[in-house]
Amino acid sequence: MSYVPHSDVDRRAMLAAIGVSSVRELFSDIPAAIVRDGPLDLPEALSEWEAIRLVAGHASRNPELACFAGGGIYDHHVPAAADHLIRRSEFYTAYTPYQPEVSQGTLQAIYEFQTMICELTGMDVANASMYDGATATAEAVLMAISATRRRQVVLAGHLHPYYRRVITTYTQGLDIELRMAGAGREGLVEPAGLAEVGRETACIVVQSPNFLGLIEEVEPLADRAHEAGALLVCVVADPVSLALIRSPGEQGADIAAGEGQPFGNTPSFGGPVVGLFAAREKFIRKMPGRIVGGTEDTEGRRGYVLTLQTREQQIRRGKATSNICTNQGLNALAATIHLALIGREGLRQVAETSAQHAHYAASRIAELDGYELLHPGSPFVREFAVRTPGDPQAIVRRGLERGLLAGVSLSRFPGIGAPNGLLLAFTEKRTLEEIDLLIDVLRRG
Amino acid sequence: MGEWTPTIFEKSRPGRRGTTVPRPDVPVRPLEELIPSRHLRATSPRLPEVPEHEVVRHYTEISLKNHHVDRALYPLGSCTMKYNPKVNEQMARLSGFAGLHPFAPAEAAQGALGLMHELGELLCEVAGMDSISLQPAAGAQGELTGVLLMRAYHRGRGDERRRRVLIPDSAHGTNPATVALAGFEVVELRSNEAGRLDLDSLRSALDADVAGLMLTNPNTLGVFESEILEISELVHRSGGLMYMDGANLNALMGIARPGDMGYDIVHLNLHKTFSTPHGGGGPGAGPVAVKARLAPFLPVPGVKTEGGSYALDWDRPESIGKIHGFYGNFGVLVRAYTYLRMLGCDGVRETAEAAVLNNAYLSARLEERFPLPYGRGMHESVYSGAALKKKTGVKTLDVAKRLLDYGFHAPTIYFPLIVAEALMTEPTETETREELDRYADALLAIADEAEHDPELVTGAPHATPVTRLDEGRAGRRLDVRWSFDNDA
Ligand SMILES: Cc1ncc(COP(=O)(O)O)c(C=O)c1O
Repeated sequence: MSYVPHSDVDRRAMLAAIGVSSVRELFSDIPAAIVRDGPLDLPEALSEWEAIRLVAGHASRNPELACFAGGGIYDHHVPAAADHLIRRSEFYTAYTPYQPEVSQGTLQAIYEFQTMICELTGMDVANASMYDGATATAEAVLMAISATRRRQVVLAGHLHPYYRRVITTYTQGLDIELRMAGAGREGLVEPAGLAEVGRETACIVVQSPNFLGLIEEVEPLADRAHEAGALLVCVVADPVSLALIRSPGEQGADIAAGEGQPFGNTPSFGGPVVGLFAAREKFIRKMPGRIVGGTEDTEGRRGYVLTLQTREQQIRRGKATSNICTNQGLNALAATIHLALIGREGLRQVAETSAQHAHYAASRIAELDGYELLHPGSPFVREFAVRTPGDPQAIVRRGLERGLLAGVSLSRFPGIGAPNGLLLAFTEKRTLEEIDLLIDVLRRG
Repeated sequence: MGEWTPTIFEKSRPGRRGTTVPRPDVPVRPLEELIPSRHLRATSPRLPEVPEHEVVRHYTEISLKNHHVDRALYPLGSCTMKYNPKVNEQMARLSGFAGLHPFAPAEAAQGALGLMHELGELLCEVAGMDSISLQPAAGAQGELTGVLLMRAYHRGRGDERRRRVLIPDSAHGTNPATVALAGFEVVELRSNEAGRLDLDSLRSALDADVAGLMLTNPNTLGVFESEILEISELVHRSGGLMYMDGANLNALMGIARPGDMGYDIVHLNLHKTFSTPHGGGGPGAGPVAVKARLAPFLPVPGVKTEGGSYALDWDRPESIGKIHGFYGNFGVLVRAYTYLRMLGCDGVRETAEAAVLNNAYLSARLEERFPLPYGRGMHESVYSGAALKKKTGVKTLDVAKRLLDYGFHAPTIYFPLIVAEALMTEPTETETREELDRYADALLAIADEAEHDPELVTGAPHATPVTRLDEGRAGRRLDVRWSFDNDA
């Protein structure tokens, strides 16, 4: 079925009003050579029920698993009220708030989102969202280049391998030098090892907790960057950690970029999620994306508008700070509502419960024959890597048989150099029973 | 007139809770034993402390200040604000999709990978292309993918001289912004009196430096580039590639295909043509479909099928790389897939026909009072408010604001740049004739008001939750986050 409302009577009346005799006449600008004379090779139309059966069939081929995988996407509970509210037509069937007088709902929610992201990251200003953590990080790199007018970027330590790939993609047409500065033996960046940071460096990019879940010492890196006149970009791929550990802002970062998925958004095979972007106030005019600001109407009442739009493509075109237009608005709204529901203490509890689960499991796994933590001396919040006695991919496969997604095999990422590594993440949703099952899957190797 | 709603932060009271969290299910140790205290945060983020019911009321209250498609016509030109089928929402939330972790091994993601593979094939058929990447998260990211594909293609042939990309003056802002981001130089081409790309302007710009032409079709005036075959031939003969911004595919699907017009690359906007909701700004999805000669350069990973099962395909040595953190906005792909399967081959064509019919009908009702400098478009028309302004002093901005009082959203205004006082209007196929009439009646009434009572229009809106907002002030006195200074 299509969603066209017209009956034949409507169609005839409309054609008469237009003054043409057939709908095909309205397409007369298209050269005959490219107008199709036959139908496309597409399946026949389906009724709603047939479509549901078909699509649900696809969904049923993805088994539901107790999830111990992280790597930038985490399996947290989304409160029912958050999903309920983002299903309101007023929110999800609206466009970008171009007419602020009839978009105050969207605009106020974004203002609240910006505030929450500033609070979490310890930064002064935040935008209305980017596509995801990877592209937010790539845009942070571009912003640092534009702000410093330098062309070298140092990607330090265990930055998410996919984020690194996206940065490489985004910068390939520009004259930018990406330098990788490997992590030290402890899985963490060693500031002394950053010999490449110098007068050409636009920014150091460091992720904390890093891809292996380890908490980096960000402050010395910020100092190192600032001594060289460069910026520090702090990447947060696990924003739940911000409830417990010091924020990028507290540690001297100039830009915080990251992923907001655990707030209000299901894993959804990696998208749609929500990229976070925040910075020091002095950089606000260099920021990518939409920004909402408070103002007044003609009667002096408070209201919100899109502001500083001269940064953006719809005005600045080829000189815009970014090409982004559509962002991840509804995902940012879900994050806002989830954070409002869970509140200050609730988020801390989610983070702490997740950390308790992870540390308990870590100590049990460390006792298993043939297993050890990959970096036993380095601190982590709720995600860590272990060295496995056998092929980690085989372990993950065996986990599937027991109803578990038993982590992420690090053999997928040759750059990490841990072919026998397994990355495990924990959330408040995991139970002792599931952790026992995980231990059993690991024990059987 | 609506009431002012305090922010959620002002509704916060210490100790209140909106939801509860499971306690650890394992023996608990002091936090300081788990994480060295030098890493611990001294003060927690000041998130609001509000009971669930109050959170629900707060967001319900502010939601009511939004115009939205489920209320009335939302004629933003170029945005294709069609109805968003409710079944799509249900399908994207099926737990097999919503709960699927992107690092699940392929054997545990067959449903998702199979859906992506099939959607890719359906979209290739609609676009007349050979290969596709579903990764781009929106139109602009599809453009970036496309322009990087141009770069990779030319480099793959040892041609590194091509530094420039041609774009007509009617193009959307993301086109030049993308070209710059991809490291190319923008060359702007003129439109002719008919609103089409000027062929002389194209000929004189084409040389061995040109990587390609980005051409929206129908263009942002809604006008079909009827010389498209000549244009493609000219560009190809000079060694360039043809890129179509597919934002306006709603006018064409099932009737004519970008691939048959000579385009090499096209991005599709699933959040426009394929009915996925706009979400107040996003998410979207901007898949990029290409001819076979560009397929080796598409982003990694793709989705491949082997012996009846599906897997991510990372084996593309010439790929431009990864463009999204994972595999794109998968939940949006589920919605578009549901839509496309329900439409089927006849529904796709009917949709385009009705989109064009609706626009023609609306144009017939309006063009006497709101002239169309470049004529009636296909799925959208760009009216000019210049004559009205000259006669009455009422600007397009005022007309747009007054439309809000009538319960409609305004069209896209002051774009494309080549039409003075532009009102770019796209009704979409899902509106009834009665709704189009209501909208036309409102605009005609506003034209009358402009003549007889201009201040009613220049002072609009009057019936909205707030009156006209001071955007200048927002830019001068930046207030982009709640300041907790006044809190007790
Ligand atoms: C013609 C055209 N091109 C490109 C875009 C950008 O697409 P998106 O907002 O999905 O990034 C738009 C959307 O507004 C458009 O109308």
